[in-house]
Amino acid sequence: MITSKLKEAILSLRPGRVTLKYPFAPHDPEGDFRGYPELDTDKCIGCGACAAVCPARLIMIQDIDQNTRRMVRLLERCIFCGRCADVCPEDAITMTKHFELSTDSGREDMVAECEVFMATCQRCTRCYEPANPLDKIMEPGFRDDEIKRGGQDSPYEPIQSD
Amino acid sequence: MFKKLCEKSFPKSLWVYHCNVGACNGCDIEVIDVLTPYYDAERFGIKLVASPRHADVLLVCGPVTRQVVPALKRLYEAVPDPKLVIAIGSCAVGGGIWFDSYNIVGGADTILPVDYYIPGCPPRPEAILHGVAVALGLAEKEIESVHLKQLLDRPESVPVEVESLYS
Repeated sequence: MITSKLKEAILSLRPGRVTLKYPFAPHDPEGDFRGYPELDTDKCIGCGACAAVCPARLIMIQDIDQNTRRMVRLLERCIFCGRCADVCPEDAITMTKHFELSTDSGREDMVAECEVFMATCQRCTRCYEPANPLDKIMEPGFRDDEIKRGGQDSPYEPIQSD
Repeated sequence: MFKKLCEKSFPKSLWVYHCNVGACNGCDIEVIDVLTPYYDAERFGIKLVASPRHADVLLVCGPVTRQVVPALKRLYEAVPDPKLVIAIGSCAVGGGIWFDSYNIVGGADTILPVDYYIPGCPPRPEAILHGVAVALGLAEKEIESVHLKQLLDRPESVPVEVESLYS
């Protein structure tokens, strides 16, 4: 019996240390891992294709004036599917391998916002949005309700911490 | 000496109670994964407990369904002070893809005061470990909000000051 226990001890010693050193040493994800979707603001043309395909509908589009379009991405609810990067005609969105997104200061840290300078089309003045107002409502991307009401409004009262 | 050793080793061991408030089980699997010997959150003193009355930390997974709200409030009150709440996964952080469903409250922080947020769908075990490390002060947070603006006459975008979306 003692020999079998000894055998077991020797067997369990053989693999050595298996635990990752992760928080103290970096451990990069391998393969096709999709992390934080980074937007190259210089390349963005403000077409809104990403907003139209986003399953979490987290990209809000607001036209401040004729020449400025504000695109707010509330990445707090991003599911990292990478569809925005797929459809972007300018390849402005890249799925990085950055996964260390934890934060202690609230949802705000996950907000990424850019103001795109929109050139005015000489012929129609509005190439970059759907042709008529009905189409604009149908496009899930062209909504700005959450910007206007300041994030989500909830009928629930959160418990206050002491 | 033994007392000193205990005082030194116990103040930072967080006992966690894991509650699923409408999650798809993806985050729950990753939480269990973090406790395996490969990732080994127990070296930081993290221990999964079966009762909220033994816990210091509440791990919340899921977008918080309407039915579970009273139960979640009671659960929070059952955890003895001082307590922390960690929201794990995109659902608990901001509601995920369910944020505006009729039966979803939309994020744990609409109900509870959340201290740490770990986004991801589901978050990698390393991401959860990073969140634990941020909570224990072993690592710094690496994410910041981005506000940029394109200008007409120069190629680079410049940062702008805007007011916060969340009051």
